Amino acid sequence: MRDAWLVVAVVGVATIACKAAGPVLVGRRELPPRLQACVELLAPVMLTALVITQTFGGDEEIEVDARVVGVGAAVVAIALRTPIIVAMAIAALATALVRLAV
Amino acid sequence: MRAALPLAPSPMLFGLSYGVLAHATGFGSAAAIVMSATTFAGAAQFAVASVFDAGGTVTAAILAAVFLNARYVAISMTVASIFPGGRARRLLESQAIVDESWALSGRRGRFEWPILVGSGLVFYVLWVSSTALGTVIGGVLDDPNALGLDAAFAALFLALAFPYLRNRRGLQAAALAAVITLVLIPYAPAGVPIVAASAACLLGLRR
Repeated sequence: MRDAWLVVAVVGVATIACKAAGPVLVGRRELPPRLQACVELLAPVMLTALVITQTFGGDEEIEVDARVVGVGAAVVAIALRTPIIVAMAIAALATALVRLAV
Repeated sequence: MRAALPLAPSPMLFGLSYGVLAHATGFGSAAAIVMSATTFAGAAQFAVASVFDAGGTVTAAILAAVFLNARYVAISMTVASIFPGGRARRLLESQAIVDESWALSGRRGRFEWPILVGSGLVFYVLWVSSTALGTVIGGVLDDPNALGLDAAFAALFLALAFPYLRNRRGLQAAALAAVITLVLIPYAPAGVPIVAASAACLLGLRR
Protein backbone atom coordinates (compact mmCIF):
# COMPACT_ATOMS: atom_id res chain seq x y z
CA MET A 1 0.00 0.00 0.00
CA ARG A 2 2.90 2.35 0.81
CA ASP A 3 4.21 1.45 -2.65
CA ALA A 4 1.08 2.85 -4.25
CA TRP A 5 1.49 6.21 -2.48
CA LEU A 6 5.11 6.44 -3.60
CA VAL A 7 3.97 5.95 -7.20
CA VAL A 8 1.20 8.53 -6.76
CA ALA A 9 3.68 11.11 -5.44
CA VAL A 10 6.49 10.61 -7.96
CA VAL A 11 4.31 10.24 -11.05
CA GLY A 12 2.14 13.17 -9.91
CA VAL A 13 5.07 15.57 -9.55
CA ALA A 14 6.66 14.38 -12.82
CA THR A 15 3.41 14.77 -14.76
CA ILE A 16 2.73 18.25 -13.38
CA ALA A 17 6.26 19.24 -14.43
CA CYS A 18 5.83 17.79 -17.95
CA LYS A 19 2.54 19.63 -18.51
CA ALA A 20 3.96 22.90 -17.18
CA ALA A 21 7.16 22.65 -19.24
CA GLY A 22 5.78 24.53 -22.26
CA PRO A 23 3.63 27.25 -20.68
CA VAL A 24 5.99 28.02 -17.75
CA LEU A 25 9.27 27.95 -19.66
CA VAL A 26 7.72 29.86 -22.56
CA GLY A 27 10.06 32.17 -24.39
CA ARG A 28 13.02 29.90 -23.86
CA ARG A 29 14.33 27.89 -26.76
CA GLU A 30 12.44 24.83 -27.94
CA LEU A 31 13.70 21.26 -27.65
CA PRO A 32 16.38 20.33 -30.19
CA PRO A 33 14.64 18.68 -33.17
CA ARG A 34 16.16 15.22 -32.61
CA LEU A 35 15.24 15.17 -28.93
CA GLN A 36 11.76 16.39 -29.87
CA ALA A 37 11.44 13.47 -32.31
CA CYS A 38 12.38 11.01 -29.55
CA VAL A 39 9.87 12.51 -27.11
CA GLU A 40 7.15 12.30 -29.74
CA LEU A 41 7.88 8.60 -30.29
CA LEU A 42 7.65 7.80 -26.57
CA ALA A 43 3.85 7.64 -26.50
CA PRO A 44 3.35 5.07 -29.31
CA VAL A 45 6.33 3.06 -28.02
CA MET A 46 5.09 2.83 -24.43
CA LEU A 47 1.49 2.20 -25.48
CA THR A 48 2.56 -0.63 -27.79
CA ALA A 49 4.60 -2.23 -25.00
CA LEU A 50 1.54 -2.03 -22.77
CA VAL A 51 -0.66 -3.64 -25.44
CA ILE A 52 1.81 -6.54 -25.68
CA THR A 53 2.19 -7.14 -21.93
CA GLN A 54 -1.52 -6.72 -21.31
CA THR A 55 -2.29 -9.23 -24.10
CA PHE A 56 0.48 -11.83 -23.78
CA GLY A 57 1.99 -11.20 -20.36
CA GLY A 58 1.98 -14.12 -17.93
CA ASP A 59 4.09 -14.99 -14.92
CA GLU A 60 7.42 -14.37 -16.66
CA GLU A 61 6.21 -16.24 -19.72
CA ILE A 62 4.23 -15.53 -22.84
CA GLU A 63 0.65 -16.72 -22.44
CA VAL A 64 -1.73 -17.06 -25.34
CA ASP A 65 -5.26 -17.21 -23.96
CA ALA A 66 -8.74 -15.71 -24.32
CA ARG A 67 -7.29 -12.19 -24.27
CA VAL A 68 -5.91 -12.67 -27.78
CA VAL A 69 -9.43 -13.17 -29.12
CA GLY A 70 -10.65 -10.05 -27.34
CA VAL A 71 -7.76 -7.88 -28.54
CA GLY A 72 -8.15 -9.27 -32.07
CA ALA A 73 -11.79 -8.22 -32.03
CA ALA A 74 -10.71 -4.79 -30.77
CA VAL A 75 -8.23 -4.40 -33.66
CA VAL A 76 -11.11 -4.87 -36.10
CA ALA A 77 -13.31 -2.46 -34.13
CA ILE A 78 -10.60 0.22 -33.99
CA ALA A 79 -9.84 -0.18 -37.71
CA LEU A 80 -13.55 0.42 -38.34
CA ARG A 81 -13.21 3.62 -36.28
CA THR A 82 -15.63 2.74 -33.53
CA PRO A 83 -15.37 4.93 -30.40
CA ILE A 84 -12.66 3.72 -27.99
CA ILE A 85 -15.16 2.73 -25.34
CA VAL A 86 -17.01 0.50 -27.84
CA ALA A 87 -13.75 -1.21 -28.84
CA MET A 88 -13.05 -1.82 -25.14
CA ALA A 89 -16.52 -3.29 -24.61
CA ILE A 90 -16.09 -5.59 -27.64
CA ALA A 91 -12.71 -6.78 -26.33
CA ALA A 92 -14.16 -7.47 -22.88
CA LEU A 93 -17.21 -9.25 -24.25
CA ALA A 94 -15.24 -11.47 -26.67
CA THR A 95 -12.75 -12.41 -23.93
CA ALA A 96 -15.48 -13.13 -21.38
CA LEU A 97 -17.35 -15.32 -23.88
CA VAL A 98 -14.24 -17.37 -24.67
CA ARG A 99 -13.53 -17.80 -20.94
CA LEU A 100 -17.12 -18.91 -20.42
CA ALA A 101 -16.90 -21.41 -23.27
CA VAL A 102 -13.52 -22.95 -22.43
CA MET B 1 -16.71 24.21 -21.49
CA ARG B 2 -19.59 23.55 -23.81
CA ALA B 3 -17.14 22.19 -26.40
CA ALA B 4 -16.31 19.39 -23.96
CA LEU B 5 -19.86 18.09 -23.56
CA PRO B 6 -20.04 15.76 -26.59
CA LEU B 7 -16.89 14.05 -25.31
CA ALA B 8 -18.06 13.91 -21.68
CA PRO B 9 -19.11 10.22 -21.62
CA SER B 10 -15.64 8.93 -22.40
CA PRO B 11 -13.72 10.36 -19.41
CA MET B 12 -16.62 9.23 -17.22
CA LEU B 13 -16.47 5.65 -18.48
CA PHE B 14 -12.65 5.61 -18.38
CA GLY B 15 -12.72 7.00 -14.86
CA LEU B 16 -15.20 4.31 -13.82
CA SER B 17 -13.14 1.52 -15.33
CA TYR B 18 -9.92 2.97 -13.90
CA GLY B 19 -11.49 2.96 -10.43
CA VAL B 20 -12.61 -0.65 -10.86
CA LEU B 21 -9.17 -1.73 -12.12
CA ALA B 22 -7.23 0.14 -9.42
CA HIS B 23 -9.40 -1.51 -6.80
CA ALA B 24 -8.93 -4.96 -8.34
CA THR B 25 -5.13 -4.66 -8.51
CA GLY B 26 -4.84 -3.72 -4.83
CA PHE B 27 -3.56 -0.25 -5.72
CA GLY B 28 -5.98 1.13 -3.14
CA SER B 29 -9.07 3.27 -3.63
CA ALA B 30 -7.71 6.37 -1.92
CA ALA B 31 -4.45 6.22 -3.88
CA ALA B 32 -6.40 5.86 -7.15
CA ILE B 33 -8.58 8.89 -6.41
CA VAL B 34 -5.63 11.05 -5.32
CA MET B 35 -3.73 9.96 -8.43
CA SER B 36 -6.65 10.98 -10.66
CA ALA B 37 -6.64 14.37 -8.92
CA THR B 38 -2.89 14.99 -9.17
CA THR B 39 -1.62 13.09 -12.21
CA PHE B 40 -4.78 13.51 -14.33
CA ALA B 41 -3.51 11.50 -17.29
CA GLY B 42 -5.49 8.36 -18.03
CA ALA B 43 -2.99 6.31 -20.02
CA ALA B 44 -0.23 6.64 -17.40
CA GLN B 45 -2.61 5.78 -14.58
CA PHE B 46 -3.80 2.69 -16.44
CA ALA B 47 -0.16 1.80 -17.09
CA VAL B 48 0.61 1.92 -13.36
CA ALA B 49 -2.41 -0.27 -12.60
CA SER B 50 -1.35 -2.68 -15.36
CA VAL B 51 2.19 -3.03 -13.95
CA PHE B 52 0.81 -3.47 -10.42
CA ASP B 53 -1.64 -6.08 -11.71
CA ALA B 54 1.23 -8.05 -13.26
CA GLY B 55 3.17 -7.93 -9.99
CA GLY B 56 5.80 -5.48 -11.26
CA THR B 57 8.01 -3.31 -9.06
CA VAL B 58 7.35 0.26 -7.95
CA THR B 59 10.28 1.47 -10.06
CA ALA B 60 8.89 -0.18 -13.20
CA ALA B 61 5.46 1.33 -12.57
CA ILE B 62 6.90 4.82 -12.03
CA LEU B 63 9.18 4.68 -15.09
CA ALA B 64 6.44 3.38 -17.38
CA ALA B 65 4.10 6.21 -16.31
CA VAL B 66 6.73 8.95 -16.47
CA PHE B 67 7.95 7.86 -19.94
CA LEU B 68 4.34 7.79 -21.11
CA ASN B 69 3.71 11.29 -19.79
CA ALA B 70 6.91 12.68 -21.28
CA ARG B 71 4.76 13.32 -24.35
CA TYR B 72 3.22 16.22 -22.41
CA VAL B 73 6.53 18.05 -22.69
CA ALA B 74 6.06 18.05 -26.48
CA ILE B 75 2.33 18.73 -26.25
CA SER B 76 2.71 21.62 -23.80
CA MET B 77 5.36 23.19 -26.04
CA THR B 78 2.80 23.40 -28.87
CA VAL B 79 0.42 25.47 -26.73
CA ALA B 80 3.02 27.36 -24.68
CA SER B 81 2.22 30.74 -26.26
CA ILE B 82 -1.56 30.76 -25.63
CA PHE B 83 -1.39 30.85 -21.81
CA PRO B 84 -1.85 34.35 -20.32
CA GLY B 85 -0.73 35.65 -16.93
CA GLY B 86 2.22 35.02 -14.64
CA ARG B 87 4.14 31.85 -14.00
CA ALA B 88 2.02 30.63 -11.09
CA ARG B 89 -1.16 31.01 -13.12
CA ARG B 90 0.39 29.29 -16.13
CA LEU B 91 1.62 26.45 -13.93
CA LEU B 92 -1.89 25.92 -12.57
CA GLU B 93 -3.71 26.24 -15.90
CA SER B 94 -1.22 24.04 -17.74
CA GLN B 95 -2.56 21.14 -15.65
CA ALA B 96 -5.74 21.32 -17.76
CA ILE B 97 -3.68 19.88 -20.63
CA VAL B 98 -4.77 16.34 -21.39
CA ASP B 99 -4.87 14.62 -24.79
CA GLU B 100 -8.58 15.33 -25.23
CA SER B 101 -8.59 19.02 -24.19
CA TRP B 102 -5.48 19.64 -26.29
CA ALA B 103 -7.05 18.01 -29.36
CA LEU B 104 -10.31 19.93 -28.87
CA SER B 105 -8.56 23.28 -28.43
CA GLY B 106 -6.74 22.90 -31.75
CA ARG B 107 -9.71 21.85 -33.84
CA ARG B 108 -10.06 25.24 -35.56
CA GLY B 109 -6.54 25.15 -36.89
CA ARG B 110 -5.00 27.21 -34.06
CA PHE B 111 -4.94 26.54 -30.34
CA GLU B 112 -7.54 28.36 -28.24
CA TRP B 113 -6.93 28.94 -24.55
CA PRO B 114 -10.61 29.14 -23.39
CA ILE B 115 -11.38 25.74 -24.95
CA LEU B 116 -8.21 24.11 -23.60
CA VAL B 117 -8.70 25.24 -20.01
CA GLY B 118 -12.52 25.04 -20.02
CA SER B 119 -12.77 21.53 -21.44
CA GLY B 120 -9.79 20.43 -19.33
CA LEU B 121 -11.65 21.54 -16.21
CA VAL B 122 -14.79 19.62 -17.23
CA PHE B 123 -12.75 16.47 -17.94
CA TYR B 124 -10.94 16.89 -14.61
CA VAL B 125 -14.12 16.98 -12.54
CA LEU B 126 -15.59 14.00 -14.45
CA TRP B 127 -12.34 12.02 -14.23
CA VAL B 128 -11.86 12.40 -10.47
CA SER B 129 -15.52 11.82 -9.55
CA SER B 130 -15.93 8.78 -11.79
CA THR B 131 -12.68 7.28 -10.44
CA ALA B 132 -14.17 7.52 -6.95
CA LEU B 133 -17.40 5.88 -8.14
CA GLY B 134 -15.40 3.16 -9.93
CA THR B 135 -13.52 2.16 -6.77
CA VAL B 136 -16.90 1.69 -5.06
CA ILE B 137 -18.20 -0.48 -7.92
CA GLY B 138 -14.89 -2.37 -7.93
CA GLY B 139 -15.53 -3.35 -4.34
CA VAL B 140 -18.73 -5.11 -5.41
CA LEU B 141 -17.26 -7.06 -8.35
CA ASP B 142 -15.61 -10.39 -7.51
CA ASP B 143 -13.25 -10.92 -10.41
CA PRO B 144 -13.18 -8.16 -13.04
CA ASN B 145 -10.95 -10.30 -15.27
CA ALA B 146 -13.76 -12.84 -15.70
CA LEU B 147 -15.55 -9.97 -17.47
CA GLY B 148 -12.61 -9.58 -19.83
CA LEU B 149 -11.43 -6.34 -18.21
CA ASP B 150 -7.78 -7.27 -18.90
CA ALA B 151 -8.44 -7.46 -22.65
CA ALA B 152 -10.46 -4.23 -22.48
CA PHE B 153 -7.36 -2.40 -21.22
CA ALA B 154 -5.22 -3.89 -23.94
CA ALA B 155 -7.84 -2.53 -26.37
CA LEU B 156 -7.65 0.90 -24.69
CA PHE B 157 -3.85 1.10 -25.06
CA LEU B 158 -4.16 -0.07 -28.65
CA ALA B 159 -6.78 2.56 -29.49
CA LEU B 160 -4.64 5.29 -27.90
CA ALA B 161 -1.60 4.12 -29.89
CA PHE B 162 -3.49 3.90 -33.18
CA PRO B 163 -3.32 7.56 -34.30
CA TYR B 164 0.49 7.48 -33.91
CA LEU B 165 0.81 4.43 -36.16
CA ARG B 166 -0.38 6.23 -39.28
CA ASN B 167 3.06 7.63 -39.98
CA ARG B 168 6.00 5.41 -40.84
CA ARG B 169 8.24 6.48 -37.95
CA GLY B 170 5.56 5.84 -35.36
CA LEU B 171 4.86 2.44 -36.86
CA GLN B 172 8.55 1.45 -36.96
CA ALA B 173 9.15 2.55 -33.38
CA ALA B 174 6.02 0.72 -32.21
CA ALA B 175 7.08 -2.46 -34.03
CA LEU B 176 10.51 -2.32 -32.42
CA ALA B 177 8.89 -1.76 -29.01
CA ALA B 178 6.64 -4.78 -29.58
CA VAL B 179 9.64 -6.98 -30.41
CA ILE B 180 11.63 -5.79 -27.37
CA THR B 181 8.66 -6.44 -25.09
CA LEU B 182 7.93 -9.92 -26.48
CA VAL B 183 11.58 -10.97 -26.24
CA LEU B 184 11.93 -9.76 -22.63
CA ILE B 185 8.64 -11.05 -21.16
CA PRO B 186 9.96 -14.59 -20.49
CA TYR B 187 13.21 -13.34 -18.91
CA ALA B 188 12.54 -10.08 -17.08
CA PRO B 189 10.31 -9.33 -14.08
CA ALA B 190 6.91 -7.78 -14.83
CA GLY B 191 7.10 -4.14 -15.84
CA VAL B 192 10.73 -4.25 -16.93
CA PRO B 193 9.93 -5.17 -20.58
CA ILE B 194 7.71 -2.08 -20.83
CA VAL B 195 10.45 0.20 -19.52
CA ALA B 196 13.07 -1.42 -21.75
CA ALA B 197 10.82 -0.91 -24.79
CA SER B 198 11.16 2.85 -24.30
CA ALA B 199 14.57 2.52 -25.96
CA ALA B 200 12.67 2.20 -29.26
CA CYS B 201 12.04 5.96 -29.14
CA LEU B 202 15.75 6.43 -29.97
CA LEU B 203 14.71 5.76 -33.57
CA GLY B 204 13.80 9.45 -33.44
CA LEU B 205 17.53 10.28 -33.52
CA ARG B 206 17.69 9.28 -37.17
CA ARG B 207 17.27 12.08 -39.66
